[in-house]
Amino acid sequence: MSFPWAQEYTPKHPFMRWIDQRLPLPRLVYGSVGGGYPVPRNLNFWWNYGFLALIALGLQIITGIVLAMHFAPADTMAFDSVEHIMRDVNQGWLLRYAHSNGASFFFLVTYIHIFRGLYFGSYKAPREIVWHLGLVILLLMMATAFMGYVLPWGQMSFWAAKVITGFFSAIPLVGTAIQKWLLGGYAPDNPTLVRFFSLHYLLPFVIAGVVVLHIWALHIPGSNNPTGVDVKAPQDTIPFHPYYTAKDGFGAAVFLLLLAVMIFFLPNSLGDPVNYQPANPMSTPAHIVPEWYFWPFYAILRAFNTNFLWIPAKLWGVVAMFASIILLFFLPWLDKSPVRSGHYRPVFKWFFGLLIVDVAVLGYCGGSPPTEGIVMLSQVGSAYYFAHFLIILPLLSWFETPLALPNSISESVLHGEKAEAAPIGMGSGRPSTAV
Amino acid sequence: MVRFLGILVGLGFVAALLWSFGWGAAAYVSDPPQPTVESRFHKEPKDIRFRQDGPFGMYDKEQLQRGLQVYSEVCKACHSLRLVAFRDLEDVGYKEAEIKAFAKQWDVPDINPDTGEPTTRKGLPSDHFPSPFANDVAARAANNNALPPDLSDMAKAREGGAAYIYSLMTGFQEPPANLPTDSHPGPNLHYNPYFANLNIAMPPPLTATGQVSYADGKPATVDQMAKDVAAFLAWTAEPKLEVRHRTGISTVIFLLFLTVLTYLAYRNVWADEKHRRVRATGPLDPEHMAKSRQASGEAGVHN
Repeated sequence: MSFPWAQEYTPKHPFMRWIDQRLPLPRLVYGSVGGGYPVPRNLNFWWNYGFLALIALGLQIITGIVLAMHFAPADTMAFDSVEHIMRDVNQGWLLRYAHSNGASFFFLVTYIHIFRGLYFGSYKAPREIVWHLGLVILLLMMATAFMGYVLPWGQMSFWAAKVITGFFSAIPLVGTAIQKWLLGGYAPDNPTLVRFFSLHYLLPFVIAGVVVLHIWALHIPGSNNPTGVDVKAPQDTIPFHPYYTAKDGFGAAVFLLLLAVMIFFLPNSLGDPVNYQPANPMSTPAHIVPEWYFWPFYAILRAFNTNFLWIPAKLWGVVAMFASIILLFFLPWLDKSPVRSGHYRPVFKWFFGLLIVDVAVLGYCGGSPPTEGIVMLSQVGSAYYFAHFLIILPLLSWFETPLALPNSISESVLHGEKAEAAPIGMGSGRPSTAV
Repeated sequence: MVRFLGILVGLGFVAALLWSFGWGAAAYVSDPPQPTVESRFHKEPKDIRFRQDGPFGMYDKEQLQRGLQVYSEVCKACHSLRLVAFRDLEDVGYKEAEIKAFAKQWDVPDINPDTGEPTTRKGLPSDHFPSPFANDVAARAANNNALPPDLSDMAKAREGGAAYIYSLMTGFQEPPANLPTDSHPGPNLHYNPYFANLNIAMPPPLTATGQVSYADGKPATVDQMAKDVAAFLAWTAEPKLEVRHRTGISTVIFLLFLTVLTYLAYRNVWADEKHRRVRATGPLDPEHMAKSRQASGEAGVHN
C-alpha cells in the first residue's frame, strides 16, 4: 500500500513461499505492520494511543466473552450472577475488575487518541474517512459501554437505562413510542436487560470490523506526523517494524502496568458505590450520574435548562449532546486551514489548550450534583465547546497566519530533533537502497 | 458553505446556552441558593485505618472473627447477609469442623421432602446466611416500614466503605441545637450526621460495653465492636481482597520488568537506526550527505 518505496515481501523460507503463493497472509501482515509499511520517522509518543486502544478492545472482548459464560441476563438473576462471579468463579473478580476498569482505560486512550488527531490536524485531507470511521467507533463504544453498564442491574444501571432511553422521549410526536420500543416496555425491565446483553455482545465485533476499515483507510495516505507535512521521499520514513513495533511495545507495557495498578489496588475507585445495590424501580438514587467518560456530554445535556425559541429545554439538551459528537464529522470542512499541525498554528494552539481545559471543566460539571453554580459553569463550558468547533475554527482558517513549515519531515528532524537524526537513504534497513 | 452553516448552528447553540445562563444568573442574584440542611450538618466518615488498607493490606483474621460475632449477635436480628455462605468463613480462619458446628446453629428455610410444606433445617456449610425475615414485606412490617438493607456488599455500596460503617455505628447523637426544627428526627428516627439525610430509621445498635462477650477476651467497647463489624463487612463485600493484593504485587513486579525490557528494546532498536548512520561529525556533514546522495542515486531515488 502507501508509498512506492515500500519494501516488497520476499519470503526466504520455501515454506513461506509456498504459503505466500496460496494465501498471501504473511504478505498482508508484512505490508501492514511489518517491514513493508513505511511510516513517518518522526512520530512521537502521542502516536501510541491508537495501538493502545486496539489492545484495550482486545482485552475487553476476551474478558467479556469469559464473563458472559458466568453471567445470567435476567432481571431477577443478573445482580446475583455478577456477585457469583466476584465471589465463587475462579479469578472471576479479576475478570470483572479487568473488564470494568478496562472500559475506563479504553475510553482514556481513545480520548487521548482523538485529541492528538485534533491537535495535529489528522482529520484533514486526505484522512477525512479515517476520521469519520474513528468517530463511528467512538459512537459504537459509547453505546456498548452504556449497555454494558446496565448489565449488572444495580441501582445506577437501572436508572442509567431509564435516563438515557429517556433522551429519546424528547423527540416530538414519536419520542415516547421510540423509548418504549427501545426498552421493550414502559420502564427498564427484563426485556431491556436481555436486549442490552445481546447488543453488548454484538457491538464489540462491529467495532472490531470498523477498526479494520479505520486502519485500512489510514494505510492509503499513511500516518500523519507531528509536522503535518506530507511524506515526500524515502528518507522521511522508516519501516513500521522494528521501529514502531518496538515503540508500541514499550507503550503497551506502560499501559498494562497502569491498568494492573487500577485492577489490583483501586478496582472500585472509578465506579459509583450505588451500583453495588440491586436495582430498585421504587427508589431513585439521590444523584444519578454516568461513568466518568460520559461526564462532559452529561454536562452539555444538563446545561440547557430554559426553553428557547419555543423549543423545550430537554430537546435542546438532547440535540446538543448528540450534536457535540456529530459536529466532529464536519470538522475537515469547518477547519479549512491548510496547515495540519498545531505546532505551526500560533493562534490555534491557544484555543486548543482552552478546549482541553473546557472539556475537563465540563467533565467536572457532569460528575457533580447539578447545583446552580455547576449548571452555570457547564453553560459557559458548553458555549465554548460549540463556539470552538463551529465558530472559532472556521474563522481561524481565514484569519490565522501560520508559521513557516519545514520543507520535509527529514529536514524538520535534522534541524529540530537531533536525537532522531539520520542522513538519507543509507543502510540495509532502508527501503530505498534495498530495492 | 459548511463553514457558514457551522457558524450559524454554533451561534444558535451559544444563544440558547446564554439564554439559559442569563435566566439562571438572574435567579441566582434575585434568589441566592441557600445551603441545604444536609450540606451543613452531614459529616464525612471518620478517619480510621484498617489492616486491609493499602496495597499490601491483609485482613486481621481475629478482628474478622470478632466482627462475625457482632453480626451474629446484634446485626443479624434485622439485617441479612445473603451473598455470603458459611463455607466462606474458611477465609476468616475457621476450620471445616468449626464451620459445620457454626452453620448448625442457624435455621435455614427448606421444603419438607415428605409433605412439600415449608420447613426449616439446621444449616450446612454450603448454605448462605439465612435472612431474618421471610421477605421485604415482613421486614418492613417488623421495622416501622423501614427496610433493613442486606449487608453483604454494604462496605462497597456506600461512599467511604468500612470507615463509613464505623462512623455510622459510633455517630448516633443528640441533634445539634442549631438544627432547623423540621430536620429534627421524627418518630422512630434517630439523628446521625454520617447518614446521608441525617435521620436514620435504625436505632443505635451498639449501645453498651460488653454487649457482646468476645471469644478472644478482648474488651467489647462500642468503639471496638464498631471497628470489628466494619472490618467484617469489608470482608463480606470484598472476600477476594487478599488474593487480589498478592496477585497484584507479583503482576506489577512482572510488568515493571516488562516495561524496563521493552524500553531497552525500544532504545536499542532506535539507537541502531541512529548510530549506524549518524557519525560523531553530525548528520549534516558534507561527506555524509554526499554518500547519501550517491546511495540514493544508485538506488534510483531522486531527492
